[in-house]
Formats: sequence, structure tokens, C-alpha cells
Amino acid sequence: MSSARPRNLVTLAAAGVLALGVAACGSSSDTTSSSSGAPSSADLIQSNSANGKIKLTVGSKNFTEQFVLGEIYAQALQAAGYDVKKQLNLGSETIALKALKDGQISGYPEYTSTALGSFFQVPAQKIPSDATQASDMAKADLEKEGLTSFAPTPFADANAVGTLTSTADKLGLQKISDLQGKSQDLTLAGSPQCSERIDCLAGLEKNYGLKFKKFTPVDIGLRYSVLDHGDADLSILFTSDAQLANSNKYTILEDDKGLIPSGNVIFITSQKVAQQAGPDFQSTIEKVQQNLTLPVIQELNSEVDIDKKAPADVAAHYLKSSGFIK
Amino acid sequence: MAASEACVSGHLLPLASVLDSFRGAFDFMLHQRDSVTGGGVQVGGLSAVGHLAWTQLWVSALALGVSFAIALPAGLILGHRGKGEFLAVGLGNAARAIPELGVIAFLVAFVGVGLRNVTIALMILGIPPILTNTFVAIRQVDRGAVDAARGMGMRGAQIVARVELPLAAPTIMTGVRTAAINIVATATIASLVGVATLGKLILGQDTYGVDGVLAGAILVALLALMVELGLSAVQRLITPRGLRLQRSASRA
Repeated sequence: MSSARPRNLVTLAAAGVLALGVAACGSSSDTTSSSSGAPSSADLIQSNSANGKIKLTVGSKNFTEQFVLGEIYAQALQAAGYDVKKQLNLGSETIALKALKDGQISGYPEYTSTALGSFFQVPAQKIPSDATQASDMAKADLEKEGLTSFAPTPFADANAVGTLTSTADKLGLQKISDLQGKSQDLTLAGSPQCSERIDCLAGLEKNYGLKFKKFTPVDIGLRYSVLDHGDADLSILFTSDAQLANSNKYTILEDDKGLIPSGNVIFITSQKVAQQAGPDFQSTIEKVQQNLTLPVIQELNSEVDIDKKAPADVAAHYLKSSGFIK
Repeated sequence: MAASEACVSGHLLPLASVLDSFRGAFDFMLHQRDSVTGGGVQVGGLSAVGHLAWTQLWVSALALGVSFAIALPAGLILGHRGKGEFLAVGLGNAARAIPELGVIAFLVAFVGVGLRNVTIALMILGIPPILTNTFVAIRQVDRGAVDAARGMGMRGAQIVARVELPLAAPTIMTGVRTAAINIVATATIASLVGVATLGKLILGQDTYGVDGVLAGAILVALLALMVELGLSAVQRLITPRGLRLQRSASRA
């Protein structure tokens, strides 16, 4: 799922250069602003001076939700006293995992479904829908490779087939199976790679037996505008999208055959880093993510995508309003 | 995205692994393989990759054709009259600075996604070099030749068609070549607004792997090279014999 999404218009310009093997350093690594206040409530992260000597680099993949999560974790670890750097915008999970294994980052947020599906080739149907089970399964696989992961976030995110509510009402669509007999007259928009992904068009054709009139490849950022402008009848959306939280304009079709796995976020790190960083590392991360329910992450995504705020500011506001930092 | 890895670790890719990547890329072009995301979905192979390359080519040809049809007459008229230098040269140069990714995103609001969007965006790349070169080429035609034609009783349109245009043809073709290469290389972005071109591979590392990304990049470069060579040949063919003789004389 999430692996299908990190595409935006800017990536293309970079991709041409990168593909030719030119080392163009794009990602910045800056230090978060320090925020060590006096503790007052139970939720407040305590700064531990023993952590000051430990350097951590928090990574993330390259789309809104990941930037926000990366910032939340980085700023929280900073508040716990660690010497934190950021290496956000790492591209797809393949790159993020390699960076982690090479020790260039200390850890990054990943979706259980992506970890299981992409790293360990678990078919979508075999990925547990229960967050704890999926997280335990991913953790067991990761530990075989010297890695490990922490507890899952409350929210789960997945790709989903969506449409305008008006279209859904008109055609009587509630679940993906309802598209049978109708899909040949409908256009589906998705990422350019959707046509060859089993959790996208390829799976809709194979598992649901659907044939669409046309598949329109679009930038991920256009997933709502293609519906708004009538360029496509159906579009691949993300369940954590802000647009789904605030109105009934769009409808998600239920994935009744369990084609598209949903995943909670787990912070993946290496066993070595986890050991060196001490207990505050895991406890801080698990603490600050405990308020991240689906409506909350939708709201945070919307502050970045719709209100155009910086992920760092959105993360800082979340941490402050939750009482994690002052 | 191998480069960002090289970047993080602070060294360039070693030669051996570059060669290995190229082998993988060519294998991706020739043979089908399992998608990185699994599920028994096949990606790559001659027909799939060839289809993308072909789309890239015809989308480019369409945009170039429309650009030519607009820019050539405009450049001829402005050049012949000696007016509108600001428009032909100034605006022409300014338009080259417009970011194409911005244009396609902007056009989504007006024409939506699809071929129309792509063609308009690519025309913004194609028109300026053809317009500017046509204008300059016509202005630089030997005034003596034009005066002689007028002295022989030719009218404006005849002068354009029989004297100015042939003498200006090589410079105009240089503009067409620039336009064509820019368009072919940039048609990758069509994948983001509804037309699947080689950009799909370049953007799809999570599905096609590094081999697919590199295969797309190599093919875009090859297409641009092919177009350049093809149009250079056309340029040599349409250069009037007199000009060719003049040039080889001045070179000697």
C-alpha cells in the first residue's frame, strides 16, 4: 500500500538524474530545535542527560504522512535528550530499509503491511488484519535480519478504491465486487505503477475479475482532482487522507475480497541501535504515537496537504497539544 | 534511486556495479520478470517496454508537429516584416524557463489529465526554439539576395517561399532539433497526467526495481539521440546546395 504512494511531481525531475547514477544530494539533515522544559504532567517527555551522547538519525519515506511521523519521532527523541538528526525523504521502502541496514539511519516508520508484503513477500491475504498480530509477525521476520520494531500505532492506513459519493449512489456501489458488470464502462485512475501492482489494478483484474474501460496513470497528488474534474470515475485513495475525514463527498468501496492490506505503523530500527540507545528510545516512540488514531493522523495530514503547513510545525503542535513537550 | 544511496554513504557507485546495473536494465527491456510487489504480475519485456517507448515517441511527434505548425508561420511572418523581435526572441527565451512539471499540474485545473494536457505542456517547450530560430534565420538572410529577388519582380510571398525560407532552412532546423530533443526527453512526465510513457518506469522503482528505472532512463536517452541524428540528416538534406558550398568554402 504505502509503497505505491510516495510519488509526487518533484520525484520525476530527481528520478531522471538519479537513474543515471549522478550523486545529487537532495535530502537535508538538520537538527531539531531543542525543547527541554521542566516536567509538569505525566505525559511530558523527561529529558535524560545520559542520552545526550547518543546520536540518532530518524528516517522517513517521501510523502506527507511519513514526513509528519518522522518529525514527531525526531522531535520527541530530541526532547528525551538524544542527539537527533533527520534523514527524511528517503524515497521508497527499499531505500529506507537499505539505509537502515547500512546504519545511515537509526530507524524509520513503516507500515506493517508494507514490511510484510514488500520485505518478506507475504501475500496480502495472509497479512493479519489485527494490528498486534501483524506487528508481531513483522517483528519476528525483522529480527531474523538483525532488525527489530516497536509497538504499532493506533491508526492503520491502506490504499482504497474510491469514487465520488454521487457516482457511488448513482451506480449503487458499496463494495469493490459491485463493480462487476459495470467496470467496463468506468475509468480508473491510479499511480502509473498501479497497473502492475497486485495491490492495485493488477489485483482488481486478477482477484475481482474486473476489466476497466481505461486506466489513467496519474501523479499521486492528483488522486482527488481526477474525480473532481471527471477525468476518472474511480481513483486509488488512501484511507488516512484528510479529504475523507472532513466531508461525505467521496466514498471508499469496501475491499470485500481482502485484496488490499491495511497496515499500522511500526517504528523499525536495528537491534544494535535499540540496545545502544537504551530504554528511552522505545518508550519515547511508543509514548508519542499513542494518540495517533485515524482521525488524528487525517487531521495532521490535512494540515500539511490542505493548510500547507510545514510537517515540522504540525508535528511540534501535535506534541505540544498532547502534552508530550512544552 | 541508487544515487541517493551513494550520496548518503558518501561515495560514488563503483564501476562494476554500474556495469551490472546496465546489464539488469537491458535484461528488463528484453525479458519479462515478476513485479517487485509480487502476486505473479509480470513487468518489463520487449512488448511492454516497447509500447511505452512508442507512446513516448508519438506523443512527442504530435507535440512537435503542432509546435511547428504554429511557430513556423509566426516566425516567418514576423521575420519577413522585421517586426515583433520582442515577441519572437524575448518571449521565446522567457518561455524556456517555465517548469514543465508546474505546467502540467497547472493545466490539470483547466483541461484535466490526458493527451491534451500533455500536448499543450510540451508545446510550451517546442514553440520557443522554433519561433526564435525562424525569426532570426529570416532576419539573417542575405539582404542582397532578397533585393535581387525583389528586383526580379518577386512579391512578398514569393520572396518568403523561394528565397528566405530555403536560405533560412538550416537555422530553422536547428530550432526544430532543439525543440524535438526537449520534447522527447520531457515526455516522461506524461505518465503523471494520464498518458503512460517511459516516465512510468523511471518513477516506479517500487514496482519495476532499479533495473526498470534504469531501463526507462536509458531508453529516453536513446530516443533523444535517435531523434537528434534523424533530424540532423533531414537538416543536411534541406540545406540548399549554395549554402553548403559557401560553408565548406568558409571552413576551408
